[in-house]
Amino acid sequence: MKLPLHSFLVFGLVFYAGFGDAVAQNTGLLGKVAIDGSSTVYPISEAAASGFQKQYPRVKISVGVSGTGGGFKRFTIGDTDISDASRPIKDSEFAAARKTGVNFFELPVAYDGLTLVARKSNAWLNQLTLDEIKKIFLAGSAAKTWADVREGWPAEEIKIFAPGTDSGTFDYFKEVVVGKSGGSLRSDMSTSEDDNVLVTGVSGTPNAIGFFGVAYYEENKDKLKSIAIVNPKTGDPVSPTATTIENGTYAPFSRPLFIYVNSDSFKRPEVRKFIGYYLQNAPKLASSTGYVALPASIYREAMMRCRMGKSGTHYLTPELEKRSGPVTDIYQLDNLLK
Amino acid sequence: MSDTEPSKIDHEKSDPPEKRATRVDKGATAAGQSSVPFERPQLLTTDARIKKDIRFRRMCIITACTSILILAFLLGSILTAGIPTLSWTLLTGSPEPEPENAGLWPALMGTLWVCAMCSLLTLPLGIGTAILIEEFTPRNKVAKKIFNLIQLNITNLAGVPSVVYGILGLTAFVSMFSLFDKSENSLGPTFEVGAVYYDQFSNLASDPFVDTGGADVPERFFLLPVESRNAASVVPRTGMLAYENGESGLTQVDIIAIDPLSEQPSTDPDQLSRTIDNQSTPGRISENQWYYLRLPFGRGVIAGALTLMLVILPVIIISTQEALRAVPATLREAALGLGSTPWQVVWNVTLPSAVPGIMTGSILAISRAVGETAPILIIAGIVYIRSAPQHLMDDYTVMPLQIYNWTSRPQEEFHNIAAGGIVVLLAILLSFNAVAVLIRHRMQNKLQ
Repeated sequence: MKLPLHSFLVFGLVFYAGFGDAVAQNTGLLGKVAIDGSSTVYPISEAAASGFQKQYPRVKISVGVSGTGGGFKRFTIGDTDISDASRPIKDSEFAAARKTGVNFFELPVAYDGLTLVARKSNAWLNQLTLDEIKKIFLAGSAAKTWADVREGWPAEEIKIFAPGTDSGTFDYFKEVVVGKSGGSLRSDMSTSEDDNVLVTGVSGTPNAIGFFGVAYYEENKDKLKSIAIVNPKTGDPVSPTATTIENGTYAPFSRPLFIYVNSDSFKRPEVRKFIGYYLQNAPKLASSTGYVALPASIYREAMMRCRMGKSGTHYLTPELEKRSGPVTDIYQLDNLLK
Repeated sequence: MSDTEPSKIDHEKSDPPEKRATRVDKGATAAGQSSVPFERPQLLTTDARIKKDIRFRRMCIITACTSILILAFLLGSILTAGIPTLSWTLLTGSPEPEPENAGLWPALMGTLWVCAMCSLLTLPLGIGTAILIEEFTPRNKVAKKIFNLIQLNITNLAGVPSVVYGILGLTAFVSMFSLFDKSENSLGPTFEVGAVYYDQFSNLASDPFVDTGGADVPERFFLLPVESRNAASVVPRTGMLAYENGESGLTQVDIIAIDPLSEQPSTDPDQLSRTIDNQSTPGRISENQWYYLRLPFGRGVIAGALTLMLVILPVIIISTQEALRAVPATLREAALGLGSTPWQVVWNVTLPSAVPGIMTGSILAISRAVGETAPILIIAGIVYIRSAPQHLMDDYTVMPLQIYNWTSRPQEEFHNIAAGGIVVLLAILLSFNAVAVLIRHRMQNKLQ
């Protein structure tokens, strides 16, 4: 029987179908995949690596936590295959990648809701508007006590616990709060790279406020309460939950998390397979590690980028200006800058 | 440290404060009975002196108790949280995202590799340096100045924070000051021994864009040997030498290479499973032997061991110096008097009597290396890896990093297995110390 030639080359949307659920081990695939970057994305990458290596036990995957900035530093010189990032690539990092000739695929893998928290017993701190957040966090703002933020609140000193300045979480928060005004955040905040330290700090200090990824809040609901953020468009206070983060009403603090894949590394079968596994299982991996899955259309788009070899970032304009907005608006082929 | 404690206790036992006090009291009453007036003030001062002594002893006991209580509290909380999580899985498993299946085998092996390498490198170097400084002091003025300078540097280096050594190690060992930097990737090897390179191809059936005609064809991967790391990609042809990795290592396979755009692949499942697209781009991979060596070292075990060497070298030199100084000069003089050369004196007299002290210092220093986190975080930069290192240039992580990783996770269960990890780490440290005590004991008995 002779089959028509074109039937061997079927381009379907069902990419890598069928192999995600295979349990049989394949010892044939060898190689190494080096991942480094954000500690926020780390749990997702770790879960992906662990699941993938159950199928392909001879592939060696290593994951580091140098932070988003530290990860890009290694990624842009070609030292790693994949970089975890809790914010999009910056213009300086993009320029560095261009200089060394590193091309990459920008793949969003999950949503994280940046959560503002207070101590559980705090009765009055329930919701904040973006303006009030600016009053609390901006350097040089007049608010010294809570009474300065909103009338009726106690005249107690504002104590802030924040992630370290090297983290993508800090960068993202700063970007939302400071915006394009070019100011900076207060310098008298207690910062720590370890989010559990922030949890302990906020839960042990009256009148304290802090922020970190939603996963840490979910695990410490008995000690902390999340502060609802007044949506700037609708004016309704919204708490961070899987639903509100996914449908975008928890604005402006829901953010996408990314992995960046070196397109030269992507040619290697082990990296290709791993990325296939990662994207196919991303919704499951995200929710099992305390994050929120992106809409299915985004994962499909991400698959397309890899398949068609469309490298580059969506978050910079050709003039290397930063783009901001919901991931569903920005992650379009038209916005791709190579 | 522990060797001085028993003697202290003995001393206290033989002469407890109460006994002394009663003895003095008796003396006081006896003096009072003799009623010699000018002796009274002297007795009073003795009394105050004794009281002061008792007060001081109490203060010492309180301070000692506080530190012991804090230690007991720390150990107690770690043990209560850690012991229930101790299991075979924790010891031999790999780190998994589910805390109940997670283990620290790769980290455990990483720690053992790094510390074994570190001690092999550091002990000869450190003890040698100490012998030079202590036993071969020059008489000439200039040389003496140089020796003093070295001594000063060693003492200062002992106080440098370990993270600084981490940054130094990154330039000195990982990238080797970019001396070998000829390729674009500054961390890639420019010289290597013991690596075999292959181009890895996947078969046509594993290509998601190819319809296999409904046949259930397994995914297979083939390795085609290539000359070197930077050799051009292989264009596969039917009949080329190819291997496949299976349960029992590499086996030779007959591959079939076709151009799927112009040729028809076989419909036979066995042949189809051995068919490669000759247009596909392969991935370059390497299989490294146990003796694999590369320059620059990269982020492997050896770079970590060398960096930890920098951290503990000053400690070992200083403790060895102390041990050598404690050897009575009369021993050396007697040996020299019998006509021994300085080398004979060092080898047969000074070193054997200093070994107990040297061992104590060295084991304490190596214990410090076991617990070091900051330099390894910079040098290795890996917190998740599933396999133990296979050669000196292999990727690795260490136990303190694994523990740090688990404690910074949001889930409470991870904090518990981190406590289990700490218990394992403590057990390793204690067994190191036990070895030191054992060696010291033996050597002391021998000398006596």
